[in-house]
Amino acid sequence: MNNKVKKIIPQIITLITVAGIFGFFTYNAQLNMDNRGIEFGYGFLKQESSFDVQFSLIDYDGSHSYARAYLVGLLNTLLVSFIGIIFSTIIGIIVGVARLSPNYLIRNSASFYVEFFRNIPLLLQIFFWYFAALRALPLPQDAEAWFGSTYMTIKGYYVPLFIWDNLDVFLYSILGAIICIGVIKTYAKKIQENEGKQLPVFYISLALIIAFPILSFVFGGVNIEVKTPELKQLSATGYIFEPALSLPPELIALVLALSLYTATFIAECVRAGIQGISKGQKEAAASIGLTPNQILKLVIMPQALRIIIPPTTNQYLNLTKNSSLAAAIAYPDLVLVFAGTALMQTGRAIEIVSITMLTYLSISLSISVLMNWYNKKIAIKEK
Amino acid sequence: MKTINFLKPNKDNLQVFLYTGSILFFISLFDVFLSSFLNYNLTSFLPDILSFWLPLVFGLIGLHLLRIEFSGIKYLDLLNKNINTSNFNALLTLLIIFIIIKAMPPSLSWFIFDANIAGDTKEACTGTGACWTYIKVWLRRFMYGMYPNELQWRINISFIILIGLAFVGYFAGEKLKKFLTLYYVIIYPIIAYILIYYLISGGSFGLVWVETGAWGGLSLTFIVSFFCLIFCFPIGMLLALGRRSDLPTIKYMSVGFIEFWRGVPLITVLFMSSVMFPMFLPEDFFMDKLVRVIIAISLFEAAYVAEVIRGGLQALPRGQYDAAKSLGMGYWKMHIFVILPQALKLVIPGIANTFLALVKDTPLIFVVGLMEIAGMLGLAKTNPKWLGFAMEGYVFAAIIFWIICYAMSKYSYNLEAKYKTER
Repeated sequence: MNNKVKKIIPQIITLITVAGIFGFFTYNAQLNMDNRGIEFGYGFLKQESSFDVQFSLIDYDGSHSYARAYLVGLLNTLLVSFIGIIFSTIIGIIVGVARLSPNYLIRNSASFYVEFFRNIPLLLQIFFWYFAALRALPLPQDAEAWFGSTYMTIKGYYVPLFIWDNLDVFLYSILGAIICIGVIKTYAKKIQENEGKQLPVFYISLALIIAFPILSFVFGGVNIEVKTPELKQLSATGYIFEPALSLPPELIALVLALSLYTATFIAECVRAGIQGISKGQKEAAASIGLTPNQILKLVIMPQALRIIIPPTTNQYLNLTKNSSLAAAIAYPDLVLVFAGTALMQTGRAIEIVSITMLTYLSISLSISVLMNWYNKKIAIKEK
Repeated sequence: MKTINFLKPNKDNLQVFLYTGSILFFISLFDVFLSSFLNYNLTSFLPDILSFWLPLVFGLIGLHLLRIEFSGIKYLDLLNKNINTSNFNALLTLLIIFIIIKAMPPSLSWFIFDANIAGDTKEACTGTGACWTYIKVWLRRFMYGMYPNELQWRINISFIILIGLAFVGYFAGEKLKKFLTLYYVIIYPIIAYILIYYLISGGSFGLVWVETGAWGGLSLTFIVSFFCLIFCFPIGMLLALGRRSDLPTIKYMSVGFIEFWRGVPLITVLFMSSVMFPMFLPEDFFMDKLVRVIIAISLFEAAYVAEVIRGGLQALPRGQYDAAKSLGMGYWKMHIFVILPQALKLVIPGIANTFLALVKDTPLIFVVGLMEIAGMLGLAKTNPKWLGFAMEGYVFAAIIFWIICYAMSKYSYNLEAKYKTER
């Protein structure tokens, strides 16, 4: 038996086995669906969904299609992941830096936090916040104002409603400011490379990002109307705040649990990144006359970020995937709305579960493709 | 007498700075202590806002005065070096100390002093603190789920036997040492399966059959994590080898498999196992829900284990492969005797982390209706006789899980230190 045959035989065997398993499953699925009189297909997505969703970012009610329900769920998932990522990054960086503090108490409080929160299952944490902690909040009629006009109640967090006139002009002005800053940055870099002069890029950008929106208010017809929440009686004992933007308690519990849990992992990434930079780098930078700010910006951070960012993105991905635990406390995310309610109503297990999985899979894969590209870009180019 | 510069404490006026500084510092601590433990405000004669901030101001000034460089007093230098290096650090130190002092009385009273544990009904809980009676009454349910009370000795005995058998490795003689891997990888899981099938499930040898739907509580958490742990490891190892293989079909299949499972959340995998998977089986073929869940979690975690092991395989220098090949070893011989033992040693922390994640993920099985501890807590919480004790239940479960996970992570550190080889 020569080498070539030796290599081909195991491959053919695996291929046949896998194809056999898949064929067996498809055959059974076909048979089962025939027996139950279900047709395989994605046509049901266009049908009227006839169920309501508690919390939705876009216009939605029972008369819309299943496809729109899917979109509602997806947007809710992305919303909770986005807020969670912001909070977990902030907490994670603070705790990660605190773990390296020379102060004994700070260092140990930070490690206590990390050891405490990462050794308790996330699901239990979500339950704790939702069923135990947030249930201890006051009813709307007993609530006291936080920061003047926001109300934290058992029914959710009520914040003032902003009503925008010509919101698009405002957004365009911000976009314009960002583009200008980009142009100025490249120009400043060119000047620095050619003539050695340094432009105060930071102050110029600050001025631009403030000036553009102000101009849009003055000339673009942009206007904000702030509506402060006021207590309103619905029934004998039922009160709510209106007009207000209400963040449901499910969202708050989920964001709290997700960000506190993921922050422990991000803190460890940050700590590892900072510890991974050798002291010599800082000393070398200081010896060529860089200021402490420049050392941090030009020498330490680029190297630390190279270590920090890949595992941190992994944690962001985990957070997004973990946000599916929302289904356990009935926050209407993708899993609850689509793989829960819609599946219950249509009974199309294969189609719905596969769409849900593919959605998460494509989020993960697109982020990992981006990560690989980024890693390649920042990898140390050795000669 | 020299002039004293209070802005710059130094060694010349050591006594003055030391005494004023420590007096101010202790006054501030004493004030906070009194106000939180005895509810007595020392500075009540002052306006509210002043009396609120006073301890902080006093503490800051005190710590500033104590910050004497090279004082020559051992404890003072230690204190300055550890908690009092700059004004900002002193502020943070004070804030942390104050928070600890402030948080102690309410938490102590909730956990211990105002808590109740006597009695068997809700009415026995009269205090403002925790109601541990609730935990006491429901303890059996939290541990064993709906498993009948008079049969619970079966679970206890199987667990005791399994734990006992797990320690065989420590007592095995030199001669038997080489069979230990075989024992742990093949014989032990088979014994565990037989025990759980015949003793816990029952149905033969005169034992009453208990359906898996009645299993639950912490014991179910243990059963699920135990089997998933055993299954996911070999599957993960094979996948890692597959991903590093030069045979394209095998390589890309492994890559696809791993990336697929790593890209989806566990909850959708569980949904798949409970609602979608039965559609793929012949109609008269019945597979228990618990078995399906164990298969799903094992495959899911196997993908993570595979990536960890792949890291270990990649970290091994090429020379190891070449040396093994030059001795005439084939693929399997090379991997089993040379590559894997070294690679696995390298990735002990990673594998421990994956196993920890597995244990932390098991509560999720409640979404498909298996009542392990989180599910039992949900059930107990909505029981009309015991409304309003969600907090106690979740704190209890959190403590149990914390102990398990913390012990596991500490054990993995020990393991890592034990198998560390200098290269």
